[in-house]
Amino acid sequence: MVENRPGLTALSHAVLILGVLAVAFPLYVTFVASTLRIEDIMSVPMPLLPGDQLVANYSQVLAAGTTTGSKAPVSQMLFNSLVMALGIAIGKITISIIASFAIVYFRFPLRNFFFWMIFVTLMLPVEVRIIPTFKVVSDLGMLNSYVGLTLPLIASATATFLFRQFFLTVPDELAEAARMDGAGPMRFFWDVLLPLSKTSIAALFVIQFIYGWNQYLWPLLITGEESMYTVVIGINRMIVGGDAANEWNLVMATALLAMLPPALVVILMQRWFVKGLVETEK
Amino acid sequence: MEKRVVFRSAWLPYALLAPQIAVTIVFFFWPAVQGAWFSFQLQDPFGLHTQFVGLQNFEALFASEHYLASFRTTAVFSVLVAFFGLAISLVLATMADRVLRGALAYKTLLIWPYAVAPAVAGVLWAFLFAPSIGVVTYVLKRLGIDWNWIIHGDQAMLLVVIASVWKQISYNFLFFLAGLQSIPRSLIEAAAIDGAGPGRRFWTIVFPLLSPTTFFLLVVNIVYAFFDTFGVIDATTQGGPAQATQILVYKVYYDGVKAADLGGSSAQSVILMFIVIALTALQFRFVERRVQY
Amino acid sequence: MIMKSFAATIAAAVLFSPAAYAQTEVQWWHSMGGALGDRVNELASKFNASQKDYKVVATYKGQYPVSMTAAIAAFRAGNAPHILQVFEVGTATMMAAKGAIVPVAKVMADAKEPFNPKAYLPTVAGYYTDLEGNMLSFPFNSSTALFYINRGAFKKAGLEPKAPRTWKEFTATAEKLKASGQECVYTTAWPSWVHIENFSAWHNVPIGTKQNGMGGFDTQFTVNSPLHVRHLSMLGDMAKKGLFTYAGRTNQGDAKFSSGECAMFTGSASAQGGIKKAGKVDWSAHFLPYHDDVKGAPQNSIIGGASLWVMSGRKAEEYKGVAKFLAFLSRPEVQMEWHTGTGYVPITMAAYELTRKSGYYDKEPGAETTIKQLTNKTPTANSKGLRFGNFVQGREVIEEEMEAVFAGKKGAKTALDDAVKRGNEILRKFEATAK
Repeated sequence: MVENRPGLTALSHAVLILGVLAVAFPLYVTFVASTLRIEDIMSVPMPLLPGDQLVANYSQVLAAGTTTGSKAPVSQMLFNSLVMALGIAIGKITISIIASFAIVYFRFPLRNFFFWMIFVTLMLPVEVRIIPTFKVVSDLGMLNSYVGLTLPLIASATATFLFRQFFLTVPDELAEAARMDGAGPMRFFWDVLLPLSKTSIAALFVIQFIYGWNQYLWPLLITGEESMYTVVIGINRMIVGGDAANEWNLVMATALLAMLPPALVVILMQRWFVKGLVETEK
Repeated sequence: MEKRVVFRSAWLPYALLAPQIAVTIVFFFWPAVQGAWFSFQLQDPFGLHTQFVGLQNFEALFASEHYLASFRTTAVFSVLVAFFGLAISLVLATMADRVLRGALAYKTLLIWPYAVAPAVAGVLWAFLFAPSIGVVTYVLKRLGIDWNWIIHGDQAMLLVVIASVWKQISYNFLFFLAGLQSIPRSLIEAAAIDGAGPGRRFWTIVFPLLSPTTFFLLVVNIVYAFFDTFGVIDATTQGGPAQATQILVYKVYYDGVKAADLGGSSAQSVILMFIVIALTALQFRFVERRVQY
Repeated sequence: MIMKSFAATIAAAVLFSPAAYAQTEVQWWHSMGGALGDRVNELASKFNASQKDYKVVATYKGQYPVSMTAAIAAFRAGNAPHILQVFEVGTATMMAAKGAIVPVAKVMADAKEPFNPKAYLPTVAGYYTDLEGNMLSFPFNSSTALFYINRGAFKKAGLEPKAPRTWKEFTATAEKLKASGQECVYTTAWPSWVHIENFSAWHNVPIGTKQNGMGGFDTQFTVNSPLHVRHLSMLGDMAKKGLFTYAGRTNQGDAKFSSGECAMFTGSASAQGGIKKAGKVDWSAHFLPYHDDVKGAPQNSIIGGASLWVMSGRKAEEYKGVAKFLAFLSRPEVQMEWHTGTGYVPITMAAYELTRKSGYYDKEPGAETTIKQLTNKTPTANSKGLRFGNFVQGREVIEEEMEAVFAGKKGAKTALDDAVKRGNEILRKFEATAK
């Protein structure tokens, strides 16, 4: 800040507070709705103060879903989402870091060819190859499985690129020193590179966990059985039809449960996340 | 950029690359090739009769007023999402850059929507705007506005735009904030000494210097509006009413899955792929330029 | 001695051990979630308990479009289920997939299961039967469109809680309700199914040529006839005057009625369950209104819902199990339990009679209205049902055009002409792939 303009500062605070409220408003209404009975929500307008059904509603959805629509227990869905998110995050980081290591630190025939092959996948988000990918997964018998949910999504290029950028900034002296010590490439990788990459890995973990948790189209296509629903899809399936016939209190409870883990991950790992996000896209 | 010091091994790099390449081939290239192949064929859903029809599916698409309308809808939707997403985030970031106290609190409170799935964002806002029971609907009705997005297409568009923008504010905010904080204070101080007020300083110095970030975010937001908003649309309007919110990617899904029109859907996928390539190429060319600043 | 008893023990062990009884599994994919899913599971368990050779495994695969996509993919990969529940709009697609399905008539004949097509309610079975009288799929959950009134709202407006019988009376009643302060007078679910498809059958006019598509894939839509235009125009005017509140393409209208918001409602017979559960409305169910200046009206309404298709590529032994299961489902007691538990219509005359004798309809008059409306008159070529290819898309096209009329954006004639034009394109595309 250059000069002291209290008026402008006050205005800034006001705008920011307004922004925070606008952003938080849907969350607040969701929370309130999840603590009410369905009759309270149906009586227009809905009360804006929390009700007393918090325990009742949340235990209902966790154990047995809704009473009129999908009966899949949300606890199962949360587990599925967790497996998917962790699977994608860990899977992606693992295969990308070693692929990136290979591309940066080795010379071998076809190196550029493989690099471009990975690069091209940026042009092919899943939405562009929906039906054929579904067919391949179905042919491999991977529908309605954790493998089918995670494996097709772990090979995108962004993680490989992030690691590549990072590795390029690692001083050559370190590799030289390792070579002189007689260490092989994998020793170098484990003992030197990996510890250095901790921040990038942490940032990527946050981003990929959220990416995996929030997947919608892919789980929509390949899970038909209720026991394999992720929580994001589960919410969709709970909305049976008509804005009044839904058990909105239960749907909102599920929505909150769906938002909680990724939000926690973001807030707790905020520093790495912000750093990683801003660095990644450069 | 190359490393000076490298390792040599006959087999290790291939082994390290193998997992990623394998998954890429099986789940990216093979389906993409199949998709392209399907786009040249006319087939019944069960695959019992297939005929090769060349470019007929593509011709049918470009002759279909609904497909062309879908382009328009996607364009309108993307522009609205990008413009409002960027504008609102810029305002918030500028304000956050100014205040010293509570900056971290504001940041935390503004970044959590990044964690919300687009589909969930859609459901939340659909609930607020529900024609019979929504809280916001109630307020609108009291103000005399007839709100029923099930029948009014532009209201449905408004709903999905709001849900999509809401979710994206945090992402844009973070980048703008980082961009603002990387502007050298000396430039701003110099301008202040010259007598420029905060408004002038913003438009003549800050905004131009932010342009790389702005441009980058513009491309990201457009790609977001093209693809990631699928969840928003499917969870709320499903492309309706009367295709008012049927963006291109939704049409690919609808035609492929609900209408079992594999040829048409694959042709649309191919066209969409060209659009993505163009956008990604744009983004990368620009990012490369940026690195050289 | 010991050897004999030893041999006997061995023989007994082999005969009664579970391993000796390899049950043939029959995979059944369905789209009945929630309470309906429980009913489906009950059916499967009952069948499994009633005999030892076959085991029906019922799996909920998501809503109709999703489960159909999954089944198609499974078929292409060589492991389709035995039985697939497909919604009525998918009938033509399934029928055209000759290599992928086995007609029910053939399944029953091959397994030598007694099967009498005439025992089934004509309007119900007719939808799923080809022109030669062979039943292609097994009608499972069928309902029809009914007209519901909120008697309490009528009384509050100073009207007799009597349902209008003609559309003329309907509009007059609607205006009186509106004048008395009722905000939502009328709403509907499934707009095309009620106001175009059922409307056409009810008035004995065709929806498309070639007996509504049953006679061949080279059919054309005829929903832009003067009568259709007049009816849609009437709805558009009502929307403009605030007498008709559009709620959406599926069953979103159900909730508006069951919550007490709207005074009159047209929707599926299966809406009764939700209305009863909400318990807010004093309601009654009636025949759909009709235009009394149309000759032949009211004729009979047509069904909606889904049927069970048998997919090809499985072993003969497994098909025997399928046939036994379908025979089980046709039993009057089984049908009666399904009918009274879900609100769907019974599919055989015997089941209908059994339910009537049990006094169920005295307690639940709304349940009988459904069957009475379906059997109002002997079905004609216009009222057996319909069979259009890719009708998922076709119906959406019709609904889009209807929405344009309700929103006041298009006139009824233009909208229906466009619907016919776009609908025919879809039919031609289907015809090309079905050759």
